[in-house]
Amino acid sequence: MKLITAVVKPHKLEDVRAALETFGVTGMTVTEASGYGRQKGHTEVYRGAEYEVDLVPKVRLEVVVEDGDGADVVDVIVKAAQTGKIGDGKVWVTPVESIVRVRTGEVDGDAL
Amino acid sequence: MEGMTLMEINAGDTAWVLVSAALVFLMTPGLAFFYGGMVRVKSVLNMMMMSAITIAVVTILWVVVGFSLTFTGDNGHVIGDFSAAGLKGLIAPDAVSGTIPTLAFVAFQLMFAIITPALISGAIADRATFRGWIAFVAGWTCLVYFPVAHSVWFLDDGKGGWIGDKLKAIDFAGGTAVHVNAGAAALALALVLGRRVGWRKDPMRPHSLPLVILGAGLLWFGWFGFNAGSALSAGTTAAVTFVNTQVATAAAVIGWLIVERIRHGKATTLGMASGAVAGLVAITPSCGAVTPVGAIILGVLAGAICAFAVSLKYKLGFDDSLDVVGVHLVGGLFGSLAIGFLGSAAAPSAVDGLFYGGGAGQLGRQALANLAVGVYSFVVAFGLGKLIDKTIGFRLTEDDEVTGVDQVEHAETAYDFLGASGLRGHNPLARTTVPAPVEDAPADTKEGANA
Repeated sequence: MKLITAVVKPHKLEDVRAALETFGVTGMTVTEASGYGRQKGHTEVYRGAEYEVDLVPKVRLEVVVEDGDGADVVDVIVKAAQTGKIGDGKVWVTPVESIVRVRTGEVDGDAL
Repeated sequence: MEGMTLMEINAGDTAWVLVSAALVFLMTPGLAFFYGGMVRVKSVLNMMMMSAITIAVVTILWVVVGFSLTFTGDNGHVIGDFSAAGLKGLIAPDAVSGTIPTLAFVAFQLMFAIITPALISGAIADRATFRGWIAFVAGWTCLVYFPVAHSVWFLDDGKGGWIGDKLKAIDFAGGTAVHVNAGAAALALALVLGRRVGWRKDPMRPHSLPLVILGAGLLWFGWFGFNAGSALSAGTTAAVTFVNTQVATAAAVIGWLIVERIRHGKATTLGMASGAVAGLVAITPSCGAVTPVGAIILGVLAGAICAFAVSLKYKLGFDDSLDVVGVHLVGGLFGSLAIGFLGSAAAPSAVDGLFYGGGAGQLGRQALANLAVGVYSFVVAFGLGKLIDKTIGFRLTEDDEVTGVDQVEHAETAYDFLGASGLRGHNPLARTTVPAPVEDAPADTKEGANA
């Protein structure tokens, strides 16, 4: 199994979620995140005091899928999240050893 | 009362002064929002509590000795006496001041005594002990506010306070007695308490600009009572000061935003709110002395000057956290001195300034009054602040300050942040310990029932 982690622009979350649902992914975990890459933050001024706000708001989305689906899911996410502008985010894939569904105790493939 | 026409109570005047007292009262809660929005999340409750406790402490002081020391009798043209301590005799129907019951004047002036020390709290955001603040409010109000207000406002045909009655400096509603007075004390306390941990390094952005706007709105609204109520009658003077207050404040918003747009590229919400307050401060001493056109000039300049003045602290290295010096000391001083230039004999105060063909005499009187009050307030506030810090403690420890003054001084958190999916009213970081959980709770207790 693969853990797909995507950090994307917050306003693309709904597009990504809908695309994954269409693809057949049945669940995901979403957390609010902040960070920066090549995209710079912005400057705010309060009574003449300037603040460089480096960290930009993002959402971090995680799904675990069967090994064979990994590449396709990444594709789906990238297509849905892409705006072509700097700051679109990243998607990465990590191998997962095992997974358990808490309610039933089912493991691995059955737990997805 | 028959035949004593001078002592007759006028219903319209009384109603206006009582309503004005309530308006001025509302300024202190307004100030709590104005300041509360400007601090970080971990300090908002303490910021508001500093205003709230000032209402409580000063109200009691005012009844017990404050009104008497400020507005009854005279000693050396700087302080009154104790003859009306406990408001003795003032609930009687023959206790009349001008055309209103003396007690209406007591209520109106009480609200000024409250907001003046409350203004100071903005200079020491995030880092003061609550007990230290209470001690300071009580001490400063007695040692500084009462004698200064007496000196400026107790008029008795040349036998009253030295600033208002002998020097004849004009302070219609409190540019000197309230704003320069509080601003100078704020500078002293900023120096006594020192800079906040991480000042100029950590971001200290306002946590809620909407709260700042709400506070500025309440201040603006209440200020009509502050200025127009100071006419102490419902007539022409009240109307002129009301209009001048509105005009100068509007002009100051524009003045501040123009400076900001030029210096930093954007007109900001905080700049708008700050400009409004700067204009209100500057028109306070002068609302009875200028024409509405004079108020436009005064307001634009006040907004622009204060927009520059708030940067001073970075150059000079003192952490006046919410710019009490830049807005109240500078704005109050400017508004007071402006009478010497923009004063018009056509206005209720009936003094011509330099631009209206008058001499420099009034400008000199205004300067001397503000210098005296500013220096006195600064010196006493500095000494009192040091004394409190050395005895009961005024500055939080570094650890407590980093943790947050709300938590260490009040054991509260302003907002329950629920996180990304926080619709369940369940904060995993806070467990309920009081009342103690029921040990033999039924097994089918629904999840979250205790939350």
